[in-house]
Amino acid sequence: MEEFIGAWTARHGATRDRLLPLLHAMQEEAGHIDDAWVPAIAKALNLSRADVHGVVTFYHDFRRVAPGRHVVKLCRAESCQARGAAAIEKAAAERLGVAMGATRADGQVALEPVYCLGLCAIGPNALVDGRPVARIDAAALERIALEVAA
Amino acid sequence: MTRVFVSRDMASVALGADDVARAFGDAGCEVVRTGSRGLFSIEPLVEVETDLGRIGFGPVGPGDVAAVLDGAHAARLGKVEDLPFFVGQRRFTFARCGVIDPLSLADYAAHGGWQGLGTARAQAVQQVVDTVKASGLRGRGGAGFPTGIKWQTVLDAPADEKFIVCNADEGDSGTFADRMLMEGDPFCLIEGMAIAAHAVGARHGYIYIRSEYPFAIATMRAAIAASAHIVAPFTLEVREGAGAYVCGEETALLDSIEGKRGQVRAKPPLPALQGLFGRPTVINNVLSLAAVPFILAQGADAYAAVGFGRSRGTMPVQLAGNVRHGGLYEVGFGITLGELVNDIGGGTSSGRPVRAVQVGGPLGAYFPPSMFHLPFDYEAFAAAGGLIGHAGITVFDDSVDMAHMARFAMEFCAAESCGKCTPCRIGSTRGVEIMDRIIGARDTSHPEDKGKVSTGSARTGEGYLDRALYSRAPNRIDVSIEAQTSLLRDLADTMKYGSLCALGGFTPYPVLSALDYFPEDFGASAPIKEAAE
Repeated sequence: MEEFIGAWTARHGATRDRLLPLLHAMQEEAGHIDDAWVPAIAKALNLSRADVHGVVTFYHDFRRVAPGRHVVKLCRAESCQARGAAAIEKAAAERLGVAMGATRADGQVALEPVYCLGLCAIGPNALVDGRPVARIDAAALERIALEVAA
Repeated sequence: MTRVFVSRDMASVALGADDVARAFGDAGCEVVRTGSRGLFSIEPLVEVETDLGRIGFGPVGPGDVAAVLDGAHAARLGKVEDLPFFVGQRRFTFARCGVIDPLSLADYAAHGGWQGLGTARAQAVQQVVDTVKASGLRGRGGAGFPTGIKWQTVLDAPADEKFIVCNADEGDSGTFADRMLMEGDPFCLIEGMAIAAHAVGARHGYIYIRSEYPFAIATMRAAIAASAHIVAPFTLEVREGAGAYVCGEETALLDSIEGKRGQVRAKPPLPALQGLFGRPTVINNVLSLAAVPFILAQGADAYAAVGFGRSRGTMPVQLAGNVRHGGLYEVGFGITLGELVNDIGGGTSSGRPVRAVQVGGPLGAYFPPSMFHLPFDYEAFAAAGGLIGHAGITVFDDSVDMAHMARFAMEFCAAESCGKCTPCRIGSTRGVEIMDRIIGARDTSHPEDKGKVSTGSARTGEGYLDRALYSRAPNRIDVSIEAQTSLLRDLADTMKYGSLCALGGFTPYPVLSALDYFPEDFGASAPIKEAAE
């Protein structure tokens, strides 16, 4: 990853305010931010390792372990709850065989919570590998399950 | 070749608009991708250009192409702007949204774009600030602080560098106006920011967009690149959030742009004096900045002529949750909550009675239908123990358990607290524990409900929060409903007055309003309203 960090900072700068964009770029590249990469990030931006660790762990988006091959982000916020998201969450956990907030043991799929996708009149909503899906019912859940089984 | 219009808004795409657009393209139509009109019960919507104007059909699917093109389809709506949902609106900020191609500079200019910036640049900077002051525009992010006063403070602050920051970290559930505007009319936001930059003497601006809005991020980046030559020498960049709700708080947002943990700063100093990188900074919500081009182009009086009391102009209200006609409804202040929910929203989508509405996102109060006479106005809502916030209204039907919603408010605060102040960091966790005891005691007195799992929680058994919540021995605590309810009120009082920002300070609003208006859900024997304070 050091090579990636070097190339990125050469192009976008190495000031402190570049930390979040760099972390986003690394996660886009590698899928997660490994703890082993923290010293290299700290060195590149002239920060302490504790500083970088603090930022990586503060933000929900940054993963420290590799995600599942497919990621289903299911909305848990109020507007989706008002449209039956709790029941869909329970059904999704059962159908996909993974608890909310966890990755299935075989690494095939992760079920993650998200708090609002801004599609609040057409819930329950999800992002399936980044693709927005609305009005999730039993049939839509089955389509999602088949999609992430591939 | 027939010209058709299909939305590229994230909500429309989630309902299948991409497949519809592809089908019309395959049928030989010229497909223009627009923003959303804002009524989701007719999405995916296709509008066909005819001699009579743009005729809407919706909802439609990819199989409906032939029937739509010969005009015989059953879902024919006529002109979209003539539908009841749209005729009562005053679209000042969202005039172009859903009408134009969001990334077409020609469309934007043809629909009145850049007029505000032209007017502003021909004026002295003080005159621009005075116009914004005279319009009565108040911060649309929720706090309602007069935008012109904020700009004046930044204008008067001596500094070698100043910044314009747009808060597009729209994390409140039930709100999507910022997202729709950024996806449907991004140049409008850019124009508003360029006017602000001219008014206060800033050279660079940031738009901080939450990562949950990938479409808005892509559209804004493309729009910034396309309009760079128009707003120059002012420059802009998008900063992507990383899933922290608290970064919607302005000082946490500034720290996040600086590359730090998104922790709230103590005020003073105000961001207007020492904001981003310690420099004077205008930080405004998307809707505040997007209202500015209209104000400069049409005049402060045209904007201020609409409204109610000290709330001037229009508010893009968002109808969400369990509502039949959900969407974006821009209207002057003063419309009542009941008109919005029942007349415009059409009640619940489940067909059951409305039991509660939450106004203003996760930190807003829950109101029962008996409060539907409330006019949409900053002061009226504050007096009723609530807030307008970002004007999202989430509707719940009679199947909602308000004790679970109160628990969820505390759980959300615990998960999203930045950790800087104790009332929010610790209080929210204690709040979840109290709610669990109240729900437990309530369900024990109704044995048939025993073992019912909280709908708002995922007991994965993982993470520090779950461990902390159940670390105290229950046999040492008075778990009666009366004792726990008064403890909850005491805790809410501490959080409300002791927290550093609105996250901890406003979490008591949904909790106490649920307790006050729906005491029967908290195990009270009769629905008697207790004193609010």
